[in-house]
Amino acid sequence: MSGPVIELKGVKKVYNLPSGDVTALNGVDLRIDEGEFVAIMGPSGSGKSTLLNQIGCLDRPTSGDLFLAGKNTREMNDHDLTYLRLTSIGYIFQKFNLIPLLSAYENVEYPYIMKNRKPDDTGRVQHLLSMIGIDEALSAHKPGELSGGQQQRVAIARALVNDPAILLCDEPTGNLDSQTSIQIMEILSDLNQRGRTIVMVTHNPETAAYADRIITIRDGKIV
Amino acid sequence: MITKDIILTLAARNVRLHFMRSVLAALGIVIGVVAIASIGMVGTNMTLSVTEELSDMANKLTVTPYRGGGGMMGGGPGGGGDQDDEDVITEDEFRDIERIVAKYGIAYTLMSESDQIEVGSETGRATIYGLDPDIIREILIVETGEYPKSTSSVVVGPTLAERLDLKVGSKIKIGDPDEGPTTTVRVVGILEERGMSMDLSTDMAIIGSEKLFTGIYGGEGEYDQVNIVVDDINNVDAVKTAIEDELNRKEDTVTVQDSSRMMESITSTLSTMTTFVMAIAGISLLVAAVSIFNVMMMSVNERVREIGILRAIGTQRGEVLRMFVYEAGILGIVGAVIGSIASLAIGYVVVFGMVGTADYFFAMDSLIYVPMAMAIGAGICLITGAYPAWQASKLDPIEALRAE
Repeated sequence: MSGPVIELKGVKKVYNLPSGDVTALNGVDLRIDEGEFVAIMGPSGSGKSTLLNQIGCLDRPTSGDLFLAGKNTREMNDHDLTYLRLTSIGYIFQKFNLIPLLSAYENVEYPYIMKNRKPDDTGRVQHLLSMIGIDEALSAHKPGELSGGQQQRVAIARALVNDPAILLCDEPTGNLDSQTSIQIMEILSDLNQRGRTIVMVTHNPETAAYADRIITIRDGKIV
Repeated sequence: MITKDIILTLAARNVRLHFMRSVLAALGIVIGVVAIASIGMVGTNMTLSVTEELSDMANKLTVTPYRGGGGMMGGGPGGGGDQDDEDVITEDEFRDIERIVAKYGIAYTLMSESDQIEVGSETGRATIYGLDPDIIREILIVETGEYPKSTSSVVVGPTLAERLDLKVGSKIKIGDPDEGPTTTVRVVGILEERGMSMDLSTDMAIIGSEKLFTGIYGGEGEYDQVNIVVDDINNVDAVKTAIEDELNRKEDTVTVQDSSRMMESITSTLSTMTTFVMAIAGISLLVAAVSIFNVMMMSVNERVREIGILRAIGTQRGEVLRMFVYEAGILGIVGAVIGSIASLAIGYVVVFGMVGTADYFFAMDSLIYVPMAMAIGAGICLITGAYPAWQASKLDPIEALRAE
């Protein structure tokens, strides 16, 4: 476990809205090392989701620098950032965000095909699905036919398929009951124990308790 | 189920998900393709059919008196009732023509006049031709009866015979009794149908000997037209040039026409008409394009969130664009393929109905409209699908993910 895998230096994000400029992040400095499990907490509107989107390369900072595995993302174009999202970042959303037109299996396979330009012939997709508790019969179903917990499991498998350096979770248990939440958190915890860097946004202290480190953000600043 | 290209799979599944909507959008393309292909085929079949008919007379030339560069069609027989004395071909001129033509084929003179005729109590008008009796035997085919032997016997065209209920033995009174003496002739034969022709249109005519004609109208040794039948079609131009060189040496006295100019003129008229009507049919494709555009915009708008997900998990802009272009392409290609199959069937019926024959339907020039209309239909789909696809590809992932 060595070296920062994520590093933010003076990251500022200002949204230009018709009603005036809104500063969502106001000079964030943050360093996350490889293998860490970090929870970002804070009241709603504090900027925690904006911070996660910055780390996930879904958005660019207004000013400041974001380094992923030592590389400054400022110099990357949209194509490079998209490729980074595909290969180095696994995203887990509160609303699962599976593709409704694809089966569970295909949802997991999708990023694999995007990266390797061929269907998975290594058995990795099936392996990930069974590891996460989705059997072969279930994996043929469309997301709409699965429960919330099952969908989130599929989403975790999808996030892992390209073996990313970082796993980003945005309220991963926000739409799940407490029993299922525990199961999902245990999966994440287990993944972290095997060395995966995880950054998770949550407002639930019980969920945050799984993390090694808790960062609190308020009014766009880490406190 | 999953093809090699997952982007194509997504596009195909979305088309299937909104099956009814997709079918209706593709139907527009089907209609457009059928309209363009059928009309194109009708036009070509008409042209081919007319060309075939006209090529029967490709070995024929007509020589008419020069009328100051007048219209090419007006020079035909029966075209002018009152002619100046100048507007004739003289015996000497005919001798010259005959001499030139001698080694290539035959030349014969034609006198013609349009006049009032009376059969029983019915009156009408007809063209009266005066020809050499030997030529009548050689050129014309009598279906019932015989060839005229005396100066008072004639043969008549089948259309005229039918219209005035003429039979072998019927009597026709030629001339207007109010204007002068009339001549009564006897029908001895009814001709076979010959169709419209530039040299001699006999279907609505009365054909008698030159003597009968000059007996009624005078003008001995003055001909309205000389027709030439050339044995070898390759000599048509040579004959034409030779006659023009000989007779029009000092000044233009005759006009020599072959069927090629007439053919050109008819073909170009037909093709102009076809293009025009096809442009109208093109409007139906334009309407189809609007409906494809609408469907594609709907598809993009209702999938904003999905686009956001795809972008977030690492799908490039170009791939999102490709997904929607594929979707439009599927609608276009399915529509175009069904349209082309339908246009073969519908086109056949329309061609048969409008042209009267489907002999040329499978000719290359005719069938070419099917792939052409297909390409236009599919192409229009891709073009109209491009804008919505581009819109989709430039969506901001975060904004898109926020959509419900």
